[in-house]
Amino acid sequence: MEMLAIDLSLGLEKLLLIGGIISFSLLVAMYTTYGERKIAAWMQDRRGPNRAGPFGLLQPAADGLKLFFKEEIIPLTSNRMLFVLGPALAMITAMLTSAVIPWGPTIEVFGRQVSLQIADVNIGILYIFGVVSMGVYGIMIGGWASNNKFSLMAAVRGASQIISYELAMGLSLIALLMLTGTLSLKSIVAQQMTGGWNIIYQPLGFLIFLICVFAECNRTPFDLPEAENELNFGYHQEYSSMKLGLYLFAEYVNMFISSAVVATLFFGGYDIPFVDEASLAANIGVNATAALGFAALFSKILFFLFLFIWVRWTIPRFRYDQLMDLGWKKLIPLALANMLITAVVVLWLNK
Amino acid sequence: MATLTNRAKVLEQKPMSFMERLYLPAILKGMGITLKHMFQKKATIHYPEEKRPFSPVFRGLHVLNRDEEGRENCTACGLCAVACPAEAITMEAAERLPNEEHLYREEKYAAKYEINMLRCIFCGLCEEACPKDAIYLSETFAPSNFTRKGFIYSKDELLIPNPVTNKESFEAAKGQREQQLKNK
Amino acid sequence: MHITEILFWILTALALFSALMVVSSDNPVHSVLWLILVFMAITGHYILMNAQFLAIVNMIVYAGAIMVLFLFVIMFMNLNKDSEPQKSVWLRLAAVVSGGSLLLILVAALKDNGGYINSMKGEGSIGLIKNLGNTLFTEYVVPFEISSILFLSAMVGAVVLGKKESSTPAA
Repeated sequence: MEMLAIDLSLGLEKLLLIGGIISFSLLVAMYTTYGERKIAAWMQDRRGPNRAGPFGLLQPAADGLKLFFKEEIIPLTSNRMLFVLGPALAMITAMLTSAVIPWGPTIEVFGRQVSLQIADVNIGILYIFGVVSMGVYGIMIGGWASNNKFSLMAAVRGASQIISYELAMGLSLIALLMLTGTLSLKSIVAQQMTGGWNIIYQPLGFLIFLICVFAECNRTPFDLPEAENELNFGYHQEYSSMKLGLYLFAEYVNMFISSAVVATLFFGGYDIPFVDEASLAANIGVNATAALGFAALFSKILFFLFLFIWVRWTIPRFRYDQLMDLGWKKLIPLALANMLITAVVVLWLNK
Repeated sequence: MATLTNRAKVLEQKPMSFMERLYLPAILKGMGITLKHMFQKKATIHYPEEKRPFSPVFRGLHVLNRDEEGRENCTACGLCAVACPAEAITMEAAERLPNEEHLYREEKYAAKYEINMLRCIFCGLCEEACPKDAIYLSETFAPSNFTRKGFIYSKDELLIPNPVTNKESFEAAKGQREQQLKNK
Repeated sequence: MHITEILFWILTALALFSALMVVSSDNPVHSVLWLILVFMAITGHYILMNAQFLAIVNMIVYAGAIMVLFLFVIMFMNLNKDSEPQKSVWLRLAAVVSGGSLLLILVAALKDNGGYINSMKGEGSIGLIKNLGNTLFTEYVVPFEISSILFLSAMVGAVVLGKKESSTPAA
């Protein structure tokens, strides 16, 4: 019991941080749906939602309310338990990844050093992989429990797609890890602050990783699990009301977190470009620097969210065999070659 | 094989070059196009606040006209009903009583005048047929309705507001069209 | 009670219950899902033993990849009670005997090693990625490499089996 007593203030701090990050990512996900519709409209020479509130800013709230008030339908022949578990799992796994992302440098609150990272585990990247590999169960369970052939097909597609691209994703990251020599995201950011962003050293690795992130988030051109025109929205076809909402929402939360991961791994995380953080902290204080760092991270995340949306409204969907072809025959060999070259160069430079 | 015309083009299918097989340049080009469209002029207008100008030959919902004193022009001659290719117009005539001179211009008037907007094709032949300038097509759209019955417009729905008592809505209902036709 | 001890008991109960459910549930898909829960509980045990790397690898490889493939196949087969083949009495008896003897061996093996298990419960650091990597690439480098060759040969074998034989021999 004494362990509990000591950690009370730490626990409170972490609890606040978790609550903050979860509500923040939900808020961002909400407005990503708005951004998605708005940007899609602009790219198609339309105007997008502009009726709810100024510039349509209340549109996400209206959409959410609508989803909540819709009738909840659970198909008779479905597996009730798993049918409910599916969307919950999708949302939980989408949220879990945020635990290891460093959202900013350490700040000082009432003389306490507070780290803006929920858990600095020394296997941060592997943790992300672990949670992402759990994410497929949300799709699979939901698709199977619907007792619908289209849903099942989509679930199977989703599972094979995510597993295939996870391989290339892991291999592309191994090259990065050879350079950093650590799995902790916080140390990776710290290294990039002094030694330059990883995108400079790993452009090919970044490209492979980015493509795989698109595939893991089920975003166009990899949105085969929910292919509207072939599978009738795929795994969430039988879902209605907020359960459908959770599935759709999980996609946006996933996008947000993936953007954060990409920004952290390859674009310096909360590093403000061309600024020396240490001298800045000496001038304007630690907390102000942390706020600026968070703003830098957030603008990087926003850029990647825009990229997600931009690509979606530009590129058509892959065919299934093309998807597998790209994953297994192109990305994995490329990632392996990238890994080998990186290993050789690292050894060369160390001698 | 001999071709019938010389217009057939032979399609050459060369194997893709390395740059083409990378796909990335093509993807980037496509993304450039979508990005360019983001900043182009929008085709959509803010409809209720902003309206497109009507062309001078636009034919909208029918209006039964009145003269400057607010009397109905229609004499129920039935020429519009005869002219109508869709047979959308029905009417019943009645004789004007001595104390109704301020209501109707001629001694005969339409007691009942109905247009079925589901049949109407908005061709404007009724307007051309009318010798009294009693019916013409305005700039209003045919609005939506829940029942078929609602689309059969009766006389009081078709009549233009009285210019003596309600000048503003009379002008609004009349629209710009007559003015534009005169200018032409 | 220490917090790790509380967690230990919760995880143990979860693991045992889920393991029982794996065997006893009618629907094979449910069995797989319970099995995933077993792996999750074991992952929790690894974390309690401060073996974070093993925990995550257990989660990625077993719960995340192998079980997905299991689920994949079982979902396609659409198994239910009617299609379950009835095994003969002798086969069942043989299964009980072999399973029981495996249990006996496990109990016998673990009974004498009480001290070893206790030493694992502490704040060991062998499961951390640095120590694990060092051990694997110095002390156990030969078995490690041999097992990797085993995997490679399995992979090549799978490719050979999966490759379609060309219907017309090359001229």
